[in-house]
Amino acid sequence: MARKRKLARGVAVVGGGLTKLGLFKDRNCKDFFAEAYTEMVNSVDKGIDPKDIDAVYVGNFTNDFFVKQSHWAPIIADLLGNVPKPVTRTEGACASSALAFREGVLAIASGMYDIVLVGGFEQMSKCSTEEVAEGLAMAASPYEVAAGFTFPGVFGTMATAYFAKYGATREALFNVTIKSHNNAPLNPKAQFPMTVRDFMNARIERSKKKAEPVPAWKDEKAYLADPAANPPVAWPMHLFDCCPISDGAACMLLVAEDMARNFTDVPIHVAGLGQGSGYSLHAKKDLTSYEATRAAGNAAYEMSGLTPNDIQFSEVHDCFSIAELVTMEDLGFVKPGQAHRAVADGMTRLDGPRPINTSGGLKSKGHPVGATGVAQLYEVWTQLRGQAGNRQVPNPNLRIGAAHNLGGTGGTCTFTILERR
Amino acid sequence: MEKRPFNDASYEQYLNDRRIMGSRCKKCSALALPPRPICVSCHGSDLEWVELKGKGKLAGFTSIVVAPPAMAREGFGRNNPYVVGVVELDEGVKAVSRITGVDARNPDQIRVGMPLQADFASKGEGHARQTSLVFKP
Repeated sequence: MARKRKLARGVAVVGGGLTKLGLFKDRNCKDFFAEAYTEMVNSVDKGIDPKDIDAVYVGNFTNDFFVKQSHWAPIIADLLGNVPKPVTRTEGACASSALAFREGVLAIASGMYDIVLVGGFEQMSKCSTEEVAEGLAMAASPYEVAAGFTFPGVFGTMATAYFAKYGATREALFNVTIKSHNNAPLNPKAQFPMTVRDFMNARIERSKKKAEPVPAWKDEKAYLADPAANPPVAWPMHLFDCCPISDGAACMLLVAEDMARNFTDVPIHVAGLGQGSGYSLHAKKDLTSYEATRAAGNAAYEMSGLTPNDIQFSEVHDCFSIAELVTMEDLGFVKPGQAHRAVADGMTRLDGPRPINTSGGLKSKGHPVGATGVAQLYEVWTQLRGQAGNRQVPNPNLRIGAAHNLGGTGGTCTFTILERR
Repeated sequence: MEKRPFNDASYEQYLNDRRIMGSRCKKCSALALPPRPICVSCHGSDLEWVELKGKGKLAGFTSIVVAPPAMAREGFGRNNPYVVGVVELDEGVKAVSRITGVDARNPDQIRVGMPLQADFASKGEGHARQTSLVFKP
């Protein structure tokens, strides 16, 4: 029977690292992970002796397909000099490294280990766009693929169901994209550090230079509504609704709470940990909700004793713009059907009451699939430590943030709440 | 027919015979399409076959412009988009399927809730013949 689940021993984050995200064909995942790891080591205020790391958990979705190399755990152990310590790879599609984080937390909470490195990585740039799409579709349900669905197609289908149910239009999606892209130029790690207006102006400049007819968009929404600027991918998902193809890696250092002050005076505590599973599209009760997200949210809220209203800011899995709206509702940030209005009203802007995707989100920061879960938590950790620079949430009492990571078409979701105490 | 296992292969064999067959749990009456070996409502495994009528309505859809390799080989893509969607059948279960007979180039004209009727699309001959469920207005 259901019982209140909590960690037998508290866990804190005391270090983190994230590569610049983008396309780096001339480098590989070892290079990415080493970059993130080096930043992590340097971020530990009072230092970490790498020899003290007891175990490593790394998330990777499908480098098996993308670079034809499997069995990544010993490659990472070899890279870091962790041999012969245990290193384990986790896979949950786009939620792969959130699972690594979770396994690391559970391993410390169990008493098995005291100091655990968690992270994730992915290299997608070695494949053509079509190959990446094929690789990603391996994480959809076999029924969806057989019917001819693509990843954007599954999310597009949810979007049409959402529009019909709640009377929203593509403008709701534009608002999500514009909001997230507004944060990206403030994030030095972002793949596309440009606002939508920057894209629009660049396009106008290009037309002027080529002496072509200069498009006259009155604002960003007009730009996004123009199929010449924002072509369809899978209705109503257009180019600017879809996250890019990215390379990168992220990692974090987890330690038992009772020893956290040996590493830093500002540990960030794991307050809530939730994971859920979900049905494929045809078996879902509701096309406008992710049962996996709801389960993950409920678990994390229950464990932390917090409610949705306590989450001051969050990173939400916006692989496709519609996912951000649905997730806001599933996590209880707003009531079902209200997310599109909340975004239009500015609730989730960096200077709004509940900022979402201060990093720029997957859409503009980048989405190296297997790195994303920890990359999101890295952003939450950075914000809670007050180190987010120009994109710092303007709240002097920032204490509680969270990250939601969604795998595949919603089959694996996590929700992790971090707290500065 | 009752001897067939409740799995994807049986479902596909039935489709080849132009029949939409799901499983029903004898204990709790929950219906599953495609058929399932284990009832996800009560976890029972005493099941029976049930034939669905193939009538329903559109619950959600997309018009795909950037096609996966298998669809691109059939000529679909940027200049020839196609529609797939989720159909809620009268019996209460849903199916993911191609939607034909709608204008993939004007997806804003396609209405969630529109009534649909099952059809069957076959490829190949003999043992290689594969039939998929499609829906049309």
